[in-house]
Amino acid sequence: MALPKYTETRYRVWHYFYIGICTFVFFFLIAPLFVIFPLSFNAEEFLVFSEGMKRLDPDAFSLRWYEDMIYGTKNPWGLAAKNSFIIAIFATLGSVILGTVAALGLSSRHMPYKGLIMATLISPMIVPLIISGVAIFFFIAKVGLAATHLGIVIAHIILGTPFVVITVTATLSGFDHSVTRAAASLGSNPVNTFMKITLPLILPGVISGGLFAFVTSFDEVVVVLFLAGLDNTTIPIQMWTGLREQLSPTILAVATCLIVLSVLILVSAELLRRRSERLRGINR
Amino acid sequence: MSSETNKILTTDGIPLEESLKKAERKNKIKAFLLVCPLLLFLIITYVFPIGEMFTRSIDDKMITNMLPNTFKSMENWDGQEMPEENVFENFYIDFKKLVQNKEHGKLAQRLNKEKNGFNTILKKLFRQIQRNKIDESGSFKEQITSLHKRFNNVEYWRAIKRTAPPYTMAKYLKGMDLFIDENGGIAQVEEDRRIHRILWLRTLEIAFFVTVFCFLMGYPIAHLLATLPMKYSNLLMICVLLPFWTSLLVRTASWMILLQQQGIVNDFFVMIGLVSDDNRPEMMYNKVGTYVAMTQILLPFMVLPLYSVMKTISPSLMRAGKSLGGTPFVAFWKVYFPLTIPGIGAGCLLVFILAIGYYITPALVGGASGTLISNQIAYHMKTTLDWSFASAMGLMLLTGVLVVYWIYNKLVGVDNIKLG
Repeated sequence: MALPKYTETRYRVWHYFYIGICTFVFFFLIAPLFVIFPLSFNAEEFLVFSEGMKRLDPDAFSLRWYEDMIYGTKNPWGLAAKNSFIIAIFATLGSVILGTVAALGLSSRHMPYKGLIMATLISPMIVPLIISGVAIFFFIAKVGLAATHLGIVIAHIILGTPFVVITVTATLSGFDHSVTRAAASLGSNPVNTFMKITLPLILPGVISGGLFAFVTSFDEVVVVLFLAGLDNTTIPIQMWTGLREQLSPTILAVATCLIVLSVLILVSAELLRRRSERLRGINR
Repeated sequence: MSSETNKILTTDGIPLEESLKKAERKNKIKAFLLVCPLLLFLIITYVFPIGEMFTRSIDDKMITNMLPNTFKSMENWDGQEMPEENVFENFYIDFKKLVQNKEHGKLAQRLNKEKNGFNTILKKLFRQIQRNKIDESGSFKEQITSLHKRFNNVEYWRAIKRTAPPYTMAKYLKGMDLFIDENGGIAQVEEDRRIHRILWLRTLEIAFFVTVFCFLMGYPIAHLLATLPMKYSNLLMICVLLPFWTSLLVRTASWMILLQQQGIVNDFFVMIGLVSDDNRPEMMYNKVGTYVAMTQILLPFMVLPLYSVMKTISPSLMRAGKSLGGTPFVAFWKVYFPLTIPGIGAGCLLVFILAIGYYITPALVGGASGTLISNQIAYHMKTTLDWSFASAMGLMLLTGVLVVYWIYNKLVGVDNIKLG
C-alpha cells in the first residue's frame, strides 16, 4: 500500500496510523498462540520464561512435559485423546451424511417452506450453546444415553450439522443441475448420479463442512460437561478441569499439539476453499 | 368448448398442465424426503427438548397430585376467614397418605418454599399421626389448629391454596429476583439477595462492550484485508483464521499465561516503566481479563463477515467519490461505510449472540466478576439440580436472543449473513 507522492501530510499521518492499528490488531490476534509454544518446552515447572530460556540456554528447554503428557502416571490425556477422536470422527460422519442429504433437498427449487425448514436446521448454531446443552441433556437423559459415547456423538451431530448444511448449500448454489439431468438422460439412476457426478463436484464443500463439524465436536466443552461420565472424558474436559485447578506445563504441551492440529486443519480448509472457488468459477 | 379441444396433450394423452403439476408435486416430495431425515432427527433430539424445557420450567404438578382432596375442598373457600372443617379433614386425609408413602418431606419442602415456617408445623403434624394421637372421629379443625398457632393463621392456608394450579411462573419471577408474596402480588426480593438481576446486567454489559471492541478492532483489519493485493492478504488472513480454528480452551489458556501477575504483559508494562515491579496490576480474575480474552476469541467472527462484504465493494466507487470532490474521509463516510452496513450487522449480531451465551472463558479468566448468566444455568443444572429453574433462565436468555434476531432482521435482514 504505497502512497502516491502527492499525498497531503495529514492523510500520510492518518495512513500510517491506520497501518499501525492494523499491525496491533493482527499482533493481538496471533501473538497469544505463540506464547504457548516455547513455554511448553520449559525445563522448569513455572509458567514464566526463565532466565535460561531468555539466554536460549539449551538446558533450560526440555521435553519433560511432553513425556508427562504421554507416559505420566495416572495420566488422563491418553484416554481423553482416544475418546475425543472417536467421538469427533463419528459425529463428523453423522453430521456430514445427514447434512449433505438435507442440503441436496434444500437447494432444490421445488422445496416447500424453504425458509422455515432452513431456520430449523441451522438453529443449533444460532441458539446459545448453554441452552442447546440443557435441551440436549434432557433428551439424552430421557433415552438413557447419559455418560455414553453414543449420547455425546448424538449431541455433537446436532451441533455439527448446521455447518455442513450451510457449506454444502453454498457449494450447491453454484452447481449446474443440467449435468445431473444429462446423467439421468443417459440412463443413470439417482443414486449412481449422486455418487458419480454430484458428489465429486460438491466434495470440497462437503469436506470443509465436515472439517467444521469435526472441530466443533473436538473443541466442544459446554454440552460434554453435562453429558460425560468418568469414562467419556474428552480433551476439552481435561483442559477445563486442568485450567480450573492449576495451569500446569503439561496442559501447555497438550495445547501445543492442539495448535499443530489446528494448523493442519486450517491448511486443508484453505486448500479446499480455493479449489471449490475455482470449480465454481468454471461452472459459471 | 373450444378451450377443451385446444388443450395441449402429452404423448400419453394426459393434458400437459396436469402432467406438469404431477411432476412438480413429485419433485416437491422428493426434495422434502431428502430433508426429512435431518429434520426429524433435529425435531426429536432438539426442538422437542427445548419445548420440554418450557413445560419443565412452569411445571408444578407435584403438589397438585399430593393434595388432591384438599385442593378440591378449597375450591369454594374464598380465602378470607379460616377454612371450614371439611378442608381440614381432607388435608388430614391427604397428609396421612403422604406419611404412609413417606412423601411428606417433599410436601414440607415445597410448601416451605411458598411460605417459611411450614417445615416445623408439618413435622409436628407428622409426629402426631405417627403416634396415632389424632382422633379421627373428632373435629379435625380443632385438633390441627391446636397443634401450632401457625395452623390457626389464615395466611398459611392461603399459601396452600396458591399452590393448587398445576403450573407456576415462580421460576421465571425468581430469575428476575421477584416472587409472589403472601397476598398473591409480585414483590421484589430483599436488596442484598438480588443476584440474578446483577448477572443479567453484567451479561448484557459484557456482550455489548465485547461487540463494540470487536467492531473497533475488526473493521480496520477487514478493510486492510479486502484492499490489499491477494498475495499479502492471503498471508494476513492466516492471522485471523488460525485463532478461528484453534481450540477455545487453548486460547483461554494462553491468555491466562499472558495476563498473570508475573506474565508477559505485566513484564512489558514494567519494562516500559508504566508500573513498578512490586506493584504489578492484577489483570486476570476481573473484568479486564474477560474483556481482553473474549475480544480476541470472538474477533474472527467479526472480521470474516465484514471481509466478505468489503470484498464485493469495487474500489472504483471510492475513486469516483474522490473524483467528485470528496476528501478521502468524506468519500469513505458517504460511499464506503454505508455499503459495509450488512457486514457490520452480521458481524455484530454473531459476536453479540456468541458473547451473550458465553461461559467457559469468563469462568476461567473472570474470577468472581466472570460469573455470567450461562454459568448460573450450568450451576443449577449440575450442582443444585434445580432443572426447572435452569430451564426457565435458559428460555429467558433464548427469548432475549430471538428479540435481538428480530430487531436485526427488521434493520438489516437475516439473508445478508455470510460465513467466511
